[in-house]
Amino acid sequence: MSVADTLTNPANEPVGVPYSERGPASIETVASFGFWLFLLSDVVMFSALFAAYAVLQDHVAGGPDGLKLFNRGYVLAETMCLLISSFTCGLCALAIERRATAAFYLWGVITFVLGASFIGLEISEFLRMIREGAAPERSAFLSAFFTLVGCHGLHVSLGLAWLATMMAQVGTLGFRPQIVRRLLCFTLFWHALDIVWIGVFTIVYLGARW
Amino acid sequence: MTDLTEQPTHEPQGRPPGVERGGHGSFLTYLTGLGFAIVLTLASFWAAGTNLVWGPAVPVLLAALAVGQMGVHVVFFFNIGSGPDSTNNFLALAFGVFVVGLVVFGSLLIMANLDANMMPSMDQLMKMQR
Amino acid sequence: MFGKLTWDAIPFNQPIPMAASLMVVVVILAILGYTFAKGWWPYLWREWITSVDHKRLGIMYAVLALVMLLRGFTDAIMMRSQQAVAAGGHQGYLPPEHYDQIFSAHGTIMIFFVAMPFVIGLMNFVLPLQLGVRDVAFPVLNSISFWLTCSGALLVNMSLMIGSFARTGWLVYPPLSELAFSPDVGVDYYLWSLQISGVGTLMTGINFVTTILKLRAPGMGYMRMPVFCWTALASNLLIVAAFPVLTATLAMLILDRYLGFHFFTNDGGGSAMMFINLIWIWGHPEVYILVLPAFGVYSEVIATFARKPLFGYRSMVAATLGICLLSFMVWLHHFFTMGAGADVNAFFGVMTMVIAVPTGVKVFNWLFTLYGGRVHFASPVLWSLGFICTFVIGGMTGVLLAIPPADFVLHNSLFLVAHFHNVIIGGVLFGAFAGYMYWFPKAFGFQLNEPLGKASFWCWLIGFYLAFFPLYALGLMGATRRMQHYDNVEWQPLMLVAMLGALVILTGILLIILQLFVSIRQRAKLADRTGDPWQGRTLEWSTASPPPAWNFALLPQVHGTDAYWTMKQAGRATSQPATPPAYEPLEVPRNTPVGVILAFFSVIAGFALIWHIWWLAIIGLIGLAVTALSHAWSVDREMMIPADEVAAFERARASGGGS
Repeated sequence: MSVADTLTNPANEPVGVPYSERGPASIETVASFGFWLFLLSDVVMFSALFAAYAVLQDHVAGGPDGLKLFNRGYVLAETMCLLISSFTCGLCALAIERRATAAFYLWGVITFVLGASFIGLEISEFLRMIREGAAPERSAFLSAFFTLVGCHGLHVSLGLAWLATMMAQVGTLGFRPQIVRRLLCFTLFWHALDIVWIGVFTIVYLGARW
Repeated sequence: MTDLTEQPTHEPQGRPPGVERGGHGSFLTYLTGLGFAIVLTLASFWAAGTNLVWGPAVPVLLAALAVGQMGVHVVFFFNIGSGPDSTNNFLALAFGVFVVGLVVFGSLLIMANLDANMMPSMDQLMKMQR
Repeated sequence: MFGKLTWDAIPFNQPIPMAASLMVVVVILAILGYTFAKGWWPYLWREWITSVDHKRLGIMYAVLALVMLLRGFTDAIMMRSQQAVAAGGHQGYLPPEHYDQIFSAHGTIMIFFVAMPFVIGLMNFVLPLQLGVRDVAFPVLNSISFWLTCSGALLVNMSLMIGSFARTGWLVYPPLSELAFSPDVGVDYYLWSLQISGVGTLMTGINFVTTILKLRAPGMGYMRMPVFCWTALASNLLIVAAFPVLTATLAMLILDRYLGFHFFTNDGGGSAMMFINLIWIWGHPEVYILVLPAFGVYSEVIATFARKPLFGYRSMVAATLGICLLSFMVWLHHFFTMGAGADVNAFFGVMTMVIAVPTGVKVFNWLFTLYGGRVHFASPVLWSLGFICTFVIGGMTGVLLAIPPADFVLHNSLFLVAHFHNVIIGGVLFGAFAGYMYWFPKAFGFQLNEPLGKASFWCWLIGFYLAFFPLYALGLMGATRRMQHYDNVEWQPLMLVAMLGALVILTGILLIILQLFVSIRQRAKLADRTGDPWQGRTLEWSTASPPPAWNFALLPQVHGTDAYWTMKQAGRATSQPATPPAYEPLEVPRNTPVGVILAFFSVIAGFALIWHIWWLAIIGLIGLAVTALSHAWSVDREMMIPADEVAAFERARASGGGS
């Protein structure tokens, strides 16, 4: 019995064999699933920061609270930047599937610009708050706020660095299977960051009303 | 929307996350997801500022809208399904949601319980004075 | 220029750390010198340090664990001897500032750098072999994980020579661990060491879950996997779910200490109780991460040596998954006394008792497996039987502690210390030793000396009871943990018995070391030529000892549980096919230095951050980034093993010659 027989061959796939008995998965499946697990672990890490924020929300130590500090319009702009960048990232993924280099670069650059705008808006918000005396060392509430939102911003920044690296890799190495796998993992990462942001703007910014 | 008549994956061990049924992504899926997400986002921002909804119900509404938006992302952008070819992905997600729920709500409950038995903090004393 | 680092950091005025540091430096230099003189370094670099082979990495993890066991146990002997003499007015020989570092280092090292590497090492070695595949899902990530763990271990040990370690206990509770009350670098050593090795552990969790769920031999559905693979799956799911909470919590403490944040401080609205809540959300799953693979080892060992299939496979799987879920729902039992109120305490007390039920199911299944079998009492079985008795007692004291009113009396007493050593030593460590002795022949091609193995077991068993049962009594008499001295001289006789127990355990450790040296010397006589010295039931025993780099020339087709046993019964294992099978060239990943280089820069960055040497930290971070980027551009990552080489190996094996 040759090795070929023992691996799954769609052409003569036995009928009714459950997925679990078909032997080792392809490297694409393995890479995507492993990255999916990483994303879930990252979400758990964020949940610990969310829990800390939720508990420390009222611990303002006589300083400013969220209601006083947050600007809804700003947050809406940030949210739209990130949401649309998630969409353009999806279009980028479609371009990767088609191996369409020009479309990949177009949607990749747009995603990058939108993500960078998000970071720019966030940094200017942080600087404004610090100038107004609402620095993270002021109170537990501010420590938790800056850490939670800042950690998300750090992930977005690392994502932008990753995107830039991938654009360079496509330019130098082309759409090899290895590069395509990484690109698809990047798109999963980018979508996950938008999911975390939904939690952030709901609980932190919109929730500050209460 | 995903085409339910398409073949499940030939992949051993099931469909990888991010790949649609049939193996090919579609522009329409992303566009629909974007549409739903924008509507729900704007609804969240409206709900937080409106007087039309009874006050104490607003956090519940916000939570529901947030969960809805996350669901839109998971279904339309991540293409996680509940079919037999996605069992691993779906169970992993369910386990993650379970843990997140425990961490966040468990911590909130426990800390509230602990705080209830503590002397009031300076913040709370000042609030009581107002 | 050098941040907080000055010559004062070296403990010139403290004889014990100074002597210990000198000894460690001398030993390391001697080993380096010897291996260099013998010309072993090219071989070590090529075959071990840059290896991405799960078998090599598993062995290295076990070596790390055994070496760190010596360090952690030295701390234990020091504590026992201090407590044996420091009764009444005597102060012993260890001042409190030193004693506090010893118990903190003992716990940190034993949990993170002995127990974790040991079980991860066993899983690393065994999982692909039992699943019938060639390697784990992410071999390069596997190597990175191992070397990052080593970085963490190195940083903790550096604290002995340069600076000091934390004085807070192994979980660095605030406010004591905050900058205001621990201004020196001790807590920082702890924090950065664990953040670095925590990244490695998380990647291991992702790696192993993906391997178990996505890489199995054809025909091996979930209910045909060995039980060890199920317990490994549960343990690694817990790693993926729990370690991020540890990362976040330690990061918050780092922010408090480095940037003046107020997560857990006394002022600014911080909540120290929040730290304790979050750290135990990680901490309780952590102990199940440690014990579940040990349970898996016992399932394999008992079934093999009782010559029977494991009793109740389905209930074992259900119990394992039940433990996995329930382990997330009990964490408050670590802080009943923190004041949550009767109803919350009661809920978690009940849940803690509930989790004993699936564990009990497993114990009964092991007993029913032994019953009616023809048990061959080799050393792995002795460890397993010792586990059953010892762990059950420890579990019962755990259920006792799960009753909140009882815990109010016993929290942080020596009773608690006795309980958790009871379950960790009786559960995790005995399982690690059982796995070590069981799979050693597979890993190295020769067996371990049996009489010395048995002697070591008896020393550990007797030593454990002598060392820890007095602590149960002392706890009930009111003795607290972490005491540098105590006033009540009536406690001293029991402390002396505990000291004696520690010495008996020391003998057990020395016997294990001796066993290794003797077995290496006798390796020709003890050689395993068949690959199946124990009449095994699972697929790893179908390979040669040691297995070739590619594990299986042809992936086995699996038809049921105990796949290898079934093959042997059907006569398929050793029969030669009429025509030799057509071997194909096999793709295996190339070795790579990226793991050890990333670890090197992590140590630089970690050390620099600990001592506030900011320019060096930036260099370390840049080094990490450059290494990662250059690895991203490496495209030639696999190599082909020619079909001839595979065929030659299989022919040599079939003709009965071992290599």
